[in-house]
Amino acid sequence: MPYTVNASGISKSFGSHLALDHVDLAIDAGSVFALLGPNGAGKTTMVRILATLVRPDRGTAVVAGHDLLADPVGVRRSISLTGQYAAIDDKLTGRENLEMMARLLHLPRRAAAARAAELLAAFDLADARDRRAGTYSGGMKRRLDLAITMIERPALVFLDEPTTGLDPRSREQVWGTVRDLADDGVTILLTTQYLDEADQLADAIALLDHGQVVARGTADELKSSIGTEVVRLQFGDADSYARALRCCEPVRADRRLRILEVASNGSAAQVREMLGHLEAAGAPALKVSTHRPSLDDVFLSLTGDTAPKELAR
Amino acid sequence: MSLAYAVSDAQVMVTRCTRRSLRDPEAFFTALMLPIVLMLLFVYVFGGALHTGVKYVDYVVPGLIVLCAGFGAGTTAVAVATDMSNGIVDRFRSMPIASSSILVGHIFASLARNLIATALVIGVGLGIGWRPVASPAAWLAAAGMIVLFILALSWLAARMNMLARSAEAANAFTFVLMFIPYVSTAFVPAATLPGPLRWVAEHQPFTPIIETMRGLWMGHTSTGAPTGHEAWIAVACCGVILAIAAAGGSWLFRHRTAA
Repeated sequence: MPYTVNASGISKSFGSHLALDHVDLAIDAGSVFALLGPNGAGKTTMVRILATLVRPDRGTAVVAGHDLLADPVGVRRSISLTGQYAAIDDKLTGRENLEMMARLLHLPRRAAAARAAELLAAFDLADARDRRAGTYSGGMKRRLDLAITMIERPALVFLDEPTTGLDPRSREQVWGTVRDLADDGVTILLTTQYLDEADQLADAIALLDHGQVVARGTADELKSSIGTEVVRLQFGDADSYARALRCCEPVRADRRLRILEVASNGSAAQVREMLGHLEAAGAPALKVSTHRPSLDDVFLSLTGDTAPKELAR
Repeated sequence: MSLAYAVSDAQVMVTRCTRRSLRDPEAFFTALMLPIVLMLLFVYVFGGALHTGVKYVDYVVPGLIVLCAGFGAGTTAVAVATDMSNGIVDRFRSMPIASSSILVGHIFASLARNLIATALVIGVGLGIGWRPVASPAAWLAAAGMIVLFILALSWLAARMNMLARSAEAANAFTFVLMFIPYVSTAFVPAATLPGPLRWVAEHQPFTPIIETMRGLWMGHTSTGAPTGHEAWIAVACCGVILAIAAAGGSWLFRHRTAA
């Protein structure tokens, strides 16, 4: 299958801070790829490099058939970037924003106006077309952002944290739009710190932590990489929690709620053995449940147990 | 990338920046009020106590044009800095457009804003008794001087965003430009200043620019130098400012694209 993005060995430092450390990335044409990671993992830097905004220190990449370093203009012709904050002009109206961007893509004036009107209708912004984008809600701004992206159907769309700061309803709308784009055959590189977002949208995921890819695969592959089931154990008091912590390797530990989560194959025998083991160690579990691992579990088991605050959504 | 596309990109950006200026009513209002208030302040409040050898309004008009241009350049620096912190600039830069067009838009809008302010200074001046003795050709030359000066200052201001990453830092630029004209021949002849200040006033770039306008409009400069002599120095100063803006800008651009 042809790749829309094929990057290898991408490294970038800012001063003494190594933001990206030999990152390889291959994105299938027509797929939705999620770059998942906590704040400061290097997601945005990777997007900025692939969108020709920042030059990598090392590494090469081919984006939509154009060499990133040799033919940046060719890359720019094939991509559309939406940044962490909606990339729109808040002093211009929705219509003016679209017409401006269409003109910058060198559509003739009349065609630009027609395309703007089409997109305003398609993205449910027709009623707000003559209001300044600054007065739009977060969800409307994102829709305008995505409408701009679709003026000329690009080969590759970068969505840098497209739903950060949106309410759940707007987030659902954005997800719907992303799925529509994907159905249209547009390749999408999405960055997110929300695991459910990657789970919902992405065909493939790379987990980025401290500038390195620490895991990659489909959501299911990543989940099964830490076992098919997660056993959740709650303890009655701090002492038994502490004793339990010493005798098993949890994927997640919550001292305050005295909860440990341990990977397992989900068989009754293994769970029975685990409970017996704990009991023998003087750490009887108060409550036991099992569940399928979520991307949260993968994320936490791979990036250490200090979850970024944002995960608590 | 063809020239036609570059011109079309620049046009789009000029429209964008002009719209943005018009939709910032506070800044726009301040920019329009400033020339009027300063003119009345200098002529009627300070002017009576200042002895420049001529009617004060006949002396001060070029100085006020420069002062307002300094303020206008500060507005430009802030506008560009604000814009650069906005996601839209990343989008522009990731599009196949002439990257210069973003700055061209700002510089053109700055030129337009400042020429309106200059026209106001001239209009109010004429209204309260300014009587230039210039021929149409001299008026044309003075207009040329103003356009060149404002262009140089706008370019420098637009490039300031490379140095000043925030709008607040860019605002400091206004502050500097608002004070440089005071130690020049803008408001009082250099001869009335104490030694070191007089030296600064006689050697700083705003003085020949002011004196060129003064010479063209009133027939004589306040320094006693011929207008033509001041004009050459003024044009050279503007050239140097433009060169600094262009060269310094692209140097900084190469070294600070990380943002």
